[in-house]
Amino acid sequence: MKTVFIFLSVIFMTNSSYALQLEVCKSCPISTIQDAINQAKDFDTIMVKKGTYKEHDILVNKPLTIIGEDYPVIDGELKGEIITVISDNVTVDGLFIINVGTSYTEDYAAIRVRRSKHFEIKNLVLEKLFFGIYIEKSSYGKVFHNKIIGDAIEEYNSGNGIQLWYSHHIEIEHNYVEHVRDGIYLEFSDDCLIKNNVSALNLRYGLHFMFSNDDIYQDNTFENNGAGVAVMFSKKIKMLNNIFKENWGTASYGLLLKEINDAEIIGNTFEENTIGINIEGSNRIIYKNNNFKNNGWAIKVRGACYTNQFVENNFLYNSFDIAYNSKVNDNVFDGNYWSNYTGYDLDKDGVGDIPYRPVKLFSYIVNRTPETIILLRSMFIDIIDFSEKVSPVFTPDDLLDNHPLTKKVTW
Amino acid sequence: MLKILKYSFFDLMRSRWSYVYFAFYLLLGLVLLFLNNDLSKAVITLMNVIIVLVPLIGTIFGVMYYYNSKEFTELLLAQPLKRSSIFLGQYLGVALSLSISLVLGLGIPFVFYGLFESSAIWDFSLLLITGTFLTLIFTALAFNIALSNENRIKGFGYAILLWLFLAIIYDGLFLMTLIMFEDYPLDKLSLVGTMLNPIDLSRTLILLKLDISALLGYTGAIFKQFFGTSFGLIVSFVMLTVWVVLPVLRIVFKSRKKDF
Repeated sequence: MKTVFIFLSVIFMTNSSYALQLEVCKSCPISTIQDAINQAKDFDTIMVKKGTYKEHDILVNKPLTIIGEDYPVIDGELKGEIITVISDNVTVDGLFIINVGTSYTEDYAAIRVRRSKHFEIKNLVLEKLFFGIYIEKSSYGKVFHNKIIGDAIEEYNSGNGIQLWYSHHIEIEHNYVEHVRDGIYLEFSDDCLIKNNVSALNLRYGLHFMFSNDDIYQDNTFENNGAGVAVMFSKKIKMLNNIFKENWGTASYGLLLKEINDAEIIGNTFEENTIGINIEGSNRIIYKNNNFKNNGWAIKVRGACYTNQFVENNFLYNSFDIAYNSKVNDNVFDGNYWSNYTGYDLDKDGVGDIPYRPVKLFSYIVNRTPETIILLRSMFIDIIDFSEKVSPVFTPDDLLDNHPLTKKVTW
Repeated sequence: MLKILKYSFFDLMRSRWSYVYFAFYLLLGLVLLFLNNDLSKAVITLMNVIIVLVPLIGTIFGVMYYYNSKEFTELLLAQPLKRSSIFLGQYLGVALSLSISLVLGLGIPFVFYGLFESSAIWDFSLLLITGTFLTLIFTALAFNIALSNENRIKGFGYAILLWLFLAIIYDGLFLMTLIMFEDYPLDKLSLVGTMLNPIDLSRTLILLKLDISALLGYTGAIFKQFFGTSFGLIVSFVMLTVWVVLPVLRIVFKSRKKDF
């Protein structure tokens, strides 16, 4: 016993004298990650060798770099949270974390960062999780190259892939999230950048904003989620070059905007969604250079939407281009390409000579009485749509695109 | 009856109109595929055409044929033949030749385009089946009208009116009803409403098969629940069959009592 103690302390001493790197493996003197953390000094590096470590509630309370070699497995055995970071300047890299506990009172996460700055979480693989990466009251961190694969079935007992809560200046890049409740969720989180992520097959939203301002998300792909992306109660969000596709179902949409002001939606592609964008109570938003292709409704305007601009978008083969439920229009539609446009261009300047009315009478009727949708593609509907086009009675008569393009917009 | 059927059938097969009809569908199929390059898209466009044109042509053709062959019918009536077999034979002759024109005219271009390797084959067969049903239904209705009206002009008028009613006016009334009763739950009503009109029924059947049912929202879910099951499919086909059988029965009764 004594020799062992001496041996250990010698190891401890040598390690601390180098003060750089600690190794964790099953046959090493340090066989658990928690031990390594306890023994490490500030700014040390912990190398976790390949193997399975049955640990949970690992507390990282000093600035460390934890690196996994060949993806060591950290198995939480469904007992609760696995890694909690409460110190600044922590890097966690290359771990395979599985079996996070599920709780109805606490949000157990595979890895939680609490009140920390300048952290980096990268190259993790998370499976069988409740919450994945939970960033809480932290800032200036990076979350990238992670792969989160959940197995969520019901909304009420599943968590989110990456969740930000009261955090700011976080960069989330190149992550892949699937089969969780919300792929990426931001609440009260400002100035974040979400880039090049793929969020697919999630139960609720691919990406979800709540009360978060000045964020940018770009070049992401949101595919086959329960209901696409939801941006709610947020200001000055930039949504650039994302792809929203195949969010197809009776209550699905590509993008939901609710109480959003001063946002920019530029260069996105909306393809095969039941509703491309569902807009409610959103003002001063610029929609530019977006592609709306093969959606049920390209844009559904629910009400209380003022001074929005829809310019230079492509509306291609949607069942309905725009649905509108009021007769008042304060939004601008200009210079878009509409595949349903039937006008002509005599002077060949690429701009149609007669304005296009994107709201059909039928879409107005369907808005009022949803059951009437079963008359879709009936000849009677074509006739009333045509007569409404000639002389608008029900649809807002100033809702028109005065400069409809005759060729697709390219940018 | 079979002999008369055979006679009417070959008579029609020799006539110019069958060829025109056949050529029209052939051309339509080819042009659609040429422009679309996508089988399932072409099926949707085709549906729009079939829903409107097949009933119209069935009605007009049925009325026309009855009036044109009236003298021959009177000649046949002088022979020791059952009345029902004379009229049923004629009816089936017309309906079958129209159906064959439809099926072959649309089928050939699609087959050449690789229908059998495509996933659209079920949608397409459903389209052809409903098209055939619509032909049978509207030819039978046309014969009814023609039997009841000696006056050709009147007969044609009624036939057009019938088509107009089922293809367009019915939907208008249906829409009005739905809007008027919008405060009440309308699922059952809309379901019954579509069931009662063969054109609407065919349209809904095809639409639900072509993945746009999600677009139909809540109502769509109810419809999908009904039509998506084999029970719903059977009920709709039973309904379409009833739509064939009732007018045919009336042809039989009417022709038995009619003075010539």
